[in-house]
Amino acid sequence: MTATATSKPEVGTARLRKEDAHLVTGRSRFTDNMVLPGMLHLAMVRSPFAHARILSVDTAAAKGSPGVLDVFTGADVAAEQGSLPNAWPITPDQKAPAHPAVAVDEVAFAGEIVAVIVARSAAAARDAVELVDVDYEELPVVMDLEEAYTDKVLAHTSLESNKSATWVFDSAQAGTGTDVDAELAASDVVVERTMYQQRLIPAFMEPRSTVVDPTGQQITMWSATQIPHILRLMLALTLGIPESKLRVVAPDVGGGFGGKLQVTPEEVITVLAARRMGKPVKYTETRSESLQAAHHGRAQVQRLRLGATKEGIVTGLHVDLLADMGAYLGLVTSGVPILGAFMYNSIYKFPSYRFECHNVFTNKAWTDAYRGAGRPEATFAIERMMDELAVELGMDPLELREKNWIKHEEFPFTTVAGLEYDTGNYEAATQKAVELFDYDGFRAEQKRRRDSGDTLQLGIGISTFTEMCGLAPSRVLGSLSYGAGGWEHAQVRMLPTGHVEVVTGSSAHGQGHETAWSQLVADRLGVPFENIEVLHGDTQVSQRGLDTYGSRSLSVGGMAVLAAADKVIEKAKVIAAHLMEASEEDLEFANGSFTVKGTDQSTALGEVALAVFAAHNLPDGVEPNLDSEATFDPVNFSYPHGTHLAAMEVDTETGEARILKYVCVDDVGVVVNPMLVEGQVHGGLAQGIAQALYEEAVYDDAGTLVSGSFVDYLVPSAPDLPHYITARTETPATSNQLGAKGVGEAGTIASTPAIVNGVIDAVRHLGVKDIKMPCTPARVWHALQEAKTTGGVQ
Amino acid sequence: MASSKSIHVEVDGAAYTDDVEPRLLLVQYLRERLGKTGTLIGCDTTNCGACTVHLDGESVKSCTMFAVQADGRKVTTIEGMAQNGKLAPLQEAFHQCHALQCGFCTPGMIMQSASLLKENPNPTETEIREGLEGNLCRCTGYQNIVAAVKSVADGVEYGDSGVSVAESLVEDAESAGVS
Repeated sequence: MTATATSKPEVGTARLRKEDAHLVTGRSRFTDNMVLPGMLHLAMVRSPFAHARILSVDTAAAKGSPGVLDVFTGADVAAEQGSLPNAWPITPDQKAPAHPAVAVDEVAFAGEIVAVIVARSAAAARDAVELVDVDYEELPVVMDLEEAYTDKVLAHTSLESNKSATWVFDSAQAGTGTDVDAELAASDVVVERTMYQQRLIPAFMEPRSTVVDPTGQQITMWSATQIPHILRLMLALTLGIPESKLRVVAPDVGGGFGGKLQVTPEEVITVLAARRMGKPVKYTETRSESLQAAHHGRAQVQRLRLGATKEGIVTGLHVDLLADMGAYLGLVTSGVPILGAFMYNSIYKFPSYRFECHNVFTNKAWTDAYRGAGRPEATFAIERMMDELAVELGMDPLELREKNWIKHEEFPFTTVAGLEYDTGNYEAATQKAVELFDYDGFRAEQKRRRDSGDTLQLGIGISTFTEMCGLAPSRVLGSLSYGAGGWEHAQVRMLPTGHVEVVTGSSAHGQGHETAWSQLVADRLGVPFENIEVLHGDTQVSQRGLDTYGSRSLSVGGMAVLAAADKVIEKAKVIAAHLMEASEEDLEFANGSFTVKGTDQSTALGEVALAVFAAHNLPDGVEPNLDSEATFDPVNFSYPHGTHLAAMEVDTETGEARILKYVCVDDVGVVVNPMLVEGQVHGGLAQGIAQALYEEAVYDDAGTLVSGSFVDYLVPSAPDLPHYITARTETPATSNQLGAKGVGEAGTIASTPAIVNGVIDAVRHLGVKDIKMPCTPARVWHALQEAKTTGGVQ
Repeated sequence: MASSKSIHVEVDGAAYTDDVEPRLLLVQYLRERLGKTGTLIGCDTTNCGACTVHLDGESVKSCTMFAVQADGRKVTTIEGMAQNGKLAPLQEAFHQCHALQCGFCTPGMIMQSASLLKENPNPTETEIREGLEGNLCRCTGYQNIVAAVKSVADGVEYGDSGVSVAESLVEDAESAGVS
């Protein structure tokens, strides 16, 4: 008899990661590490112009360059390259330009590919890039989002307008609330502000890389992607290749953050090149190319009106949004602002709400999902507005929030945006944060510094938030015109040795699924953690899946894993009963063994697995196979929430803003591995703080990306970030059996407004009402100077 | 193509003699010629530090050097850090402290951390952060990386229970006021 009893539950334990051993020793398998026999290399010729007509492309000199085997242009592959997919047409009449992987007639942003070099080495390919002579006719560019909305200059000559689509949610029309205009008209106070979400770059550490091997029965692609399954389907649809002839593998992937949730021109081109050459082909972008041409995020202008009674009860919120698509619609570009639409009301009980979004084209790199995708933008806006309203009413900003948030006894709660929040406890998270932070102490210190006119002023930044995670119930996605479902798939395979293989459709790129899924299955099947192998990221191994984004992996993918494990137990029970000559009803399963109730007669799952493998003695009609699969489609989103507090010190002489203390209390529901959760929170905070203080994709008027390298795009390093103080409350989600809510995006969503609210709180008494992100020393200093000269009016 | 030059380099304890183009970067030599793909390339401006290795015991960004500059010298990469089948203390600490997620910055972080500790065996948290300024990580927010380096400086001995013993990583799991 095999002893498989586990004394302590794995779920809830800070298990060290299975993923680490190969990564800390340099035995990594990132795509660019791959070498195949006869492999050729690509380099891209990219447009230096943001908008231009391609008059001619002369490739003769490049073709004669040493080591170059082929050079092709958009015209050369026009018949086969198709148009890159947009899977989320938000309205039936959404407008979008054709999006060829290699531009044919016109380029619409600087960095767009106009020709491709195929050579024996990457160096030879890059050498030849300069030899391609492209004759461009420059066209007028439109770089500013608000200017683009006026249609004075068109981003594409093929479109009559820069407006792609308009999407509206109105609580009066939806029946989820009252009419916002009427509510605002009757309000004691209406705060009006315009907020700017600067353009960000996901800046994953591993540049995108793709290898395609066209030899053999299937075309195999290895790619630095978050979405091997979606990529395979979309490549098949775009290029007209049968899906069964494509295999996509995401090996080790060096971060994604939404930035690798894409079907890229470079991936399509690598397939085209491999097909042309009949040889394996690799393309790895440089960092400059990555910053220029991998999709960007955020980039919105938010016009907001928030009404309230003089007692501080919010009456309604009106959001008028301009969202910068950039030059094209990528995979979910158009849907990103819509994900935010449901989150502007956040944790509050607003009676009325209207959201109107205009998706607009400009001559910049296209935008798409970046950590949080729509939800950080919404959370930033409402949390800044709540602070502004508090000032208007002369109320403590925490008190104002408490007056308006949903009380814990009011769940489940249907919001004015139409979502049903299942559980939450904003009071508990806030109370814990306030205690850890010493809110009253910092307020006292703030007063002291204000009174003494200290050059180092102190501000307290507050952000309470919730987010919709666990993307997503398939029916809801259908109602929002998204092109796919939101289920996830898993398989649990019992090996004859009693070891287990877990196959998951969610594709990790740093999150730690191998560890967490092992913990789930160890508890469920009573198999030791070490005896479980989690397989993922290869469409030949995990045939079905919808990949990793939107904090979905545990609450959707983890549920599929558990359901598949349960089916293994069901199947094994029939055989265990037969082996022990007992009735199935008399068996109970615990700690990895079936026991006949009331006796000491038992059979371990591993023994059943071996018996099934041998198949010598199975009940009639039972197939010799315990392997099981399951697909989980959530019935609702999950709603993590939390309260973040930041103590910001602003040097009024230099404008520098420093984080003195950062406290966050997150409620992500039931936690499988607290160490992994903590890690996700830390990384999320870093990216949210980066938006508040450091990062911005800047273009000049001609359309050149100025922040085109890591010299100019300021990804924060260790000295730029604080020591975070983190804690949790735990209100289990009811939308999944695990009670998990998702944690991947929480830190990013909550931290940006906490920091900016803190910076402004530090200098508000000096007349500053707003500072655009990132709140760099220069911006803060200028805001202070302006406040001095204008007496505080901005 | 420029004429090639012969170089002799010791990498992770093995001697190599190769003809290289003068323009070949050290990181390209390591990855493409020697198959030392543990050392990674994250940028083209010497900002990210993913390619950090040791040259005669001191950290360098191998994308900032030509292979010919390593002629006659000794290079250690992440692949040469573990000795006799045992992880180097920093490798073990990164694992124990959950100081990596996607792992792309990790080789460079570990090499830079080793160099930092060699120069300053007892760094403060601030000194660790400043010592790692040239290495970017997008996943961890740096806190656990700092903790890992500190733990090695403090001489923390890690067991192999499989469960993190870094106390700061395990939060107070009690539910607060939750019905």
